[in-house]
Amino acid sequence: MTGGPEKHERLAERQDPGGEPAEQPIVSMLPSTPGRKVSTKKLVFTPIVIALALVGTYLWITNIPLDSIERNSLSGGAVRQALWQQIKLVVYSTFFVLVIAIPLGIALTRRPLRKAAPVATAIANLGQSIPSIGLLALLTFWLGIGPGTALVGMVAYAVLPVLSNTMVGLRAIDPSLVDAARGIGMSGWGVLRKVELPLAVPLILAGVRNALVLNVGTGTLAGFVSGGGLGTIITNGIVTQRTRVLIVGSVLAVALALLVDWLASLAELQMTPHGLEAG
Amino acid sequence: MADSQRAVTGATIELDDLTKRYPGSRQPAVDSVNMEIAAGETVILVGPSGCGKSTTLRMINRLIEPSSGRIRIDGEDVTDIDPVRLRRRIGYAIQSSGLFPHMTVAENIAQVPKMTGWPKARIKERVEEMLDLVGLDPREFHARYPRQLSGGQQQRVGVARALAADPPVLLMDEPFGAVDPITRDHLQDELIRLQHELHKTIVFVTHDFDEAIKLGDRIAVLREQSHIAQFDTPEAILTNPSDDFVSGFVGAGAALKRLNLTRVRDVGIEDVPTVTMDDPLQEIFNKLRERGGNELLLLDRQRRPYKWLRRGDLMRAKGSLARAGTLVSHHVTRDATLRDALEAVLTDSAGRVPVTGRRGEYVGVVDMETLLNSVHELLEADRMAALEHRHDLEESRAHQTQEQLESGFAGGDQP
Repeated sequence: MTGGPEKHERLAERQDPGGEPAEQPIVSMLPSTPGRKVSTKKLVFTPIVIALALVGTYLWITNIPLDSIERNSLSGGAVRQALWQQIKLVVYSTFFVLVIAIPLGIALTRRPLRKAAPVATAIANLGQSIPSIGLLALLTFWLGIGPGTALVGMVAYAVLPVLSNTMVGLRAIDPSLVDAARGIGMSGWGVLRKVELPLAVPLILAGVRNALVLNVGTGTLAGFVSGGGLGTIITNGIVTQRTRVLIVGSVLAVALALLVDWLASLAELQMTPHGLEAG
Repeated sequence: MADSQRAVTGATIELDDLTKRYPGSRQPAVDSVNMEIAAGETVILVGPSGCGKSTTLRMINRLIEPSSGRIRIDGEDVTDIDPVRLRRRIGYAIQSSGLFPHMTVAENIAQVPKMTGWPKARIKERVEEMLDLVGLDPREFHARYPRQLSGGQQQRVGVARALAADPPVLLMDEPFGAVDPITRDHLQDELIRLQHELHKTIVFVTHDFDEAIKLGDRIAVLREQSHIAQFDTPEAILTNPSDDFVSGFVGAGAALKRLNLTRVRDVGIEDVPTVTMDDPLQEIFNKLRERGGNELLLLDRQRRPYKWLRRGDLMRAKGSLARAGTLVSHHVTRDATLRDALEAVLTDSAGRVPVTGRRGEYVGVVDMETLLNSVHELLEADRMAALEHRHDLEESRAHQTQEQLESGFAGGDQP
């Protein structure tokens, strides 16, 4: 899983205003513009790799003899169900992460709550520094087993990147811009909606992307607490000592993670406000 | 729409005992400022950094809430009204322009009109008008993003945004502090031109005294805690600084700076004999001889100064006007400041330069002697005016105290 130092590196990299000043007007939204986070190569390359991996695994698994246990574990229905559960877990947990982390991040950068920010970050950090499997195991003592427990664990785990990126994004805004916005007569809500949030969007989105990928990863652990998902196939593979089952489950999980990251990068590209591109 | 809008000029601003005290510090950051600013006047707050000039400015639109005192704009007490509504009536331009990087130039300018609920068509029209006003081509610039503009262009857009809703008052917080000197000079000239058209009430903060002299109708020199050391016209401050603090701030060369405040048109311009290219040679010869050693100014067909002719020049050039004489290398317009004129006279080898009118046509000549004389006269007049002013002030103060004393006694009698 993504560790602390690496994450900070990524934050720092995103905060960097891009280095070279834009000499010539940058009008195009082309991803090849220097300073973009997503290169054209990656845009095309990632889906091709995913497709190749999936097709290859499919051809391999349908063309070798399987024993009954393997056939059961890898029947179309079982795989489809596991995949669907996994996607649902990711979607739901991400939804809750957004609903919790973004408003919380906004609230913690407002003046009345600014002092509480370190406490909140510390708690969120705690959620992430516990190993995810340990967190899930602990949660089962409290909530029992099932998809609900898995969901709580995933949310606790993924809140931090979104929360900290929201806060960093809002704090990194040039104070003179907020001053100007207030000075020309925007209300506090207007400043937030029209100036602060749009300017923080790139960083918030980076956090969301991070959270999504984390969620796909943590989602595979849901299998351990009977939460369903691709983790079930992987655990089956381990328990019944069927490596092929294990491989199919893992390939699917990896492909899903890459796909989600790719989709998120598209969204990032689409949602970054114009005028902020090379920055 | 234009007529009713044009008619709106500046509003008066009155600051009454305006004070800002920050919690935890014993001394107030701004200590009871009293100031009356007339409608359509440009007032510059100037002082060393940390003297509270910015704080004072930001209290006028209540970005900083005053701890005590009143603010009145156009006679209306705005100290307790909704600050958001107040700010929409006051233009605000800051250093580094404060443009929103994620909005186009047009969107930036449209912000205040949009918030005050103008109809769309009118906003669009207004944006174009404002871009025109600040000297940017609307077609070229309206869809650009701020980072695609130079510093000077950004600052122009910043001023356009501040003026978009046609506020009577414009607050400017070191707006030209972050641009290079040449651009700053241009922007200052532009602001002077704008103000000539619009007659807003402008309160302008700077730490650059030369900028203050150039732009201000009146200058308030502030010392720490925003105590007003002197509040007067640039001329008066230059020639008669009220104390050591002010003269220290004015800096060396006050007399030279004074030259920036007067234009060539205001001083005596001399006349020299002129001839034109079309005059017959014989007449030119005669004129040269008659003048006994003096020069003639040869004008071209548009009556623009062309060459200086001396006696002997024609002989040496064997009667050819094209080859005779020395070309006019320097000239100044009637709108040039005396400082520019002095510069030109000093650079000119013979110490005199022609003065030209709007189309470059000959108007007269200034030389070292006339310049020096007029500068002396100016400084003398300033000194006299300042003395008189001080005298008046003392008299009115004496009068006031007397009145207060009398009314105090009268008040004491009543109950």
